[in-house]
Amino acid sequence: MSLLSVTSLGVHTSAGKALLSDLSFDLAAGQRLGLIGESGSGKSITSLAVTGLLGAGLTASGSVLLDDVEVVGAPERRLIPLRGRVSSIVFQEPLTALDPLMRIGKQLAEPIARHRGLRGTALRTAVAEALDEVSLSDVRIAKSYPYEISGGQRQRAAIAIALASRPQLLIADEPTTALDVTVQAQILRLLDDLVDARGMALLFISHDLAVVSAMTRDVIVMSAGVAVERGPIDRVISAPQHPYTAQLVGSARALDDMLGTK
Amino acid sequence: MTAAVIVNDIVAPPRRSRSWTLVVGLILAGAVVLIALVSLVWLPYTPEDTTGTRLEGPSGTHWLGTDKLGRDLATQLMIGARIALLVGLGSVAVGAIIGIIVGLIAAFAASWLDDTISAALDVVIAFPVLLLAMLIVAAQGASLGSVILAIGIAMSAIVARLTRVLTKRVLAEQYVTAARTSGTRWPGIVIRHILPNIWPTLSVNLALQFGVAVLAEASLSYLGLGAPPPNASWGRLLQEAQGTVITAPVGAIAPGLALIALVIGVNFLADGLRDVADPSRKRRR
Repeated sequence: MSLLSVTSLGVHTSAGKALLSDLSFDLAAGQRLGLIGESGSGKSITSLAVTGLLGAGLTASGSVLLDDVEVVGAPERRLIPLRGRVSSIVFQEPLTALDPLMRIGKQLAEPIARHRGLRGTALRTAVAEALDEVSLSDVRIAKSYPYEISGGQRQRAAIAIALASRPQLLIADEPTTALDVTVQAQILRLLDDLVDARGMALLFISHDLAVVSAMTRDVIVMSAGVAVERGPIDRVISAPQHPYTAQLVGSARALDDMLGTK
Repeated sequence: MTAAVIVNDIVAPPRRSRSWTLVVGLILAGAVVLIALVSLVWLPYTPEDTTGTRLEGPSGTHWLGTDKLGRDLATQLMIGARIALLVGLGSVAVGAIIGIIVGLIAAFAASWLDDTISAALDVVIAFPVLLLAMLIVAAQGASLGSVILAIGIAMSAIVARLTRVLTKRVLAEQYVTAARTSGTRWPGIVIRHILPNIWPTLSVNLALQFGVAVLAEASLSYLGLGAPPPNASWGRLLQEAQGTVITAPVGAIAPGLALIALVIGVNFLADGLRDVADPSRKRRR
């Protein structure tokens, strides 16, 4: 049985423009899958569509079964029990994904209180533990506003918030793209460890082949809203079947070579 | 040593040039609040006391002189401060509650309802606050309560329109989507994310509306539509002093200055409020 089962998912605007067409994949509990493609290829739309969070003016078609609940066309009240408990999302830019006027500790306490029913001292302890888990053990972090801490610390806090509700599926939407390369590696290792330790399923979305290959073994390559190729990442990199994949791998190699010769 | 000082001079952020407005605002508005508080426990004379000589100038017994009925002007002015603050706070509260609720409904509503509410707000805003308040007071009868309600309702349209725009802006922010991905329901999003994030801008507007409300009350009283005596409004004092402005100018100047002090004071305070209400602005100092 799959935790997430997507069948011919499509997303189109009210003007009829298709942003995503005929995407299908299955993700079992504890499994990992990478979605790779350039910006505008429909990766982020996918992450919003599978949790029923498409913005106004966007309509989904096809079927998304999340923990056996049909998400496409479902009313808000059917989706709320799924959000957080079944799936959580880590976004690309933590500065915009965190409320600028709320202290980190409070933003983290909110989902913990809701999903685990903790109050008072127990809640404060749980917040400290959750921050500790993402290596934010400095007590000042909980009292800080998002603009007062670094980009890496912000993304760690955002990960702690996403994990606070103990989801079975973590959707990471370009979680390291807005970060420095050195911080990127730390965040990837952190995600890798946490997903392993909790036995979560991971849907990892990125434009970066190297980053995806560090996190998942299976990938779907997307271009212009269509899945053009899928398979084990090693095979996709060594023997790309689709011209777009070949181009993607080629440009990544060219960049590597350029860095190598310097 | 010298070099370090110079470096500090260059690196130090420019001193905030408008911080004096906060101080002046605090002094002016604070003085009016203080006078209103004092008037609750002590007044030089009772407001009905007509024992003074008519239209007397300022003296030791009557600090600001007397009006054409021989009543002490300082006493009337102190009661007027109480009325001005009460009407200001009351009508801003009424305007804020109605305006925020209507604005939130419009922001969340389907587009046809949003368009209908917005069009209705535009029509209401097209009427001057004073004219609208006059209509409502005329329909309800003049009393302190109806003055507060009238001004509050008249200003609520502006608050509603601002709330709607600010809410739509916050709704488009990713942290709202992020909160929804973790299962926060819409009421939770409104209370935890939308209201705190629209408050810095909204509170400054409400403080400015306070000034508008005080002036509207004075105008209503001037026109005889304000709270009836013994509620000595500054607007009514101005109107009563109108006929004798040449022979006894203090009667018109004093309430006029009091109005100016309160309105300017509150407007300056509104400026300072913006920085207090928004913690992310502190770093830009």
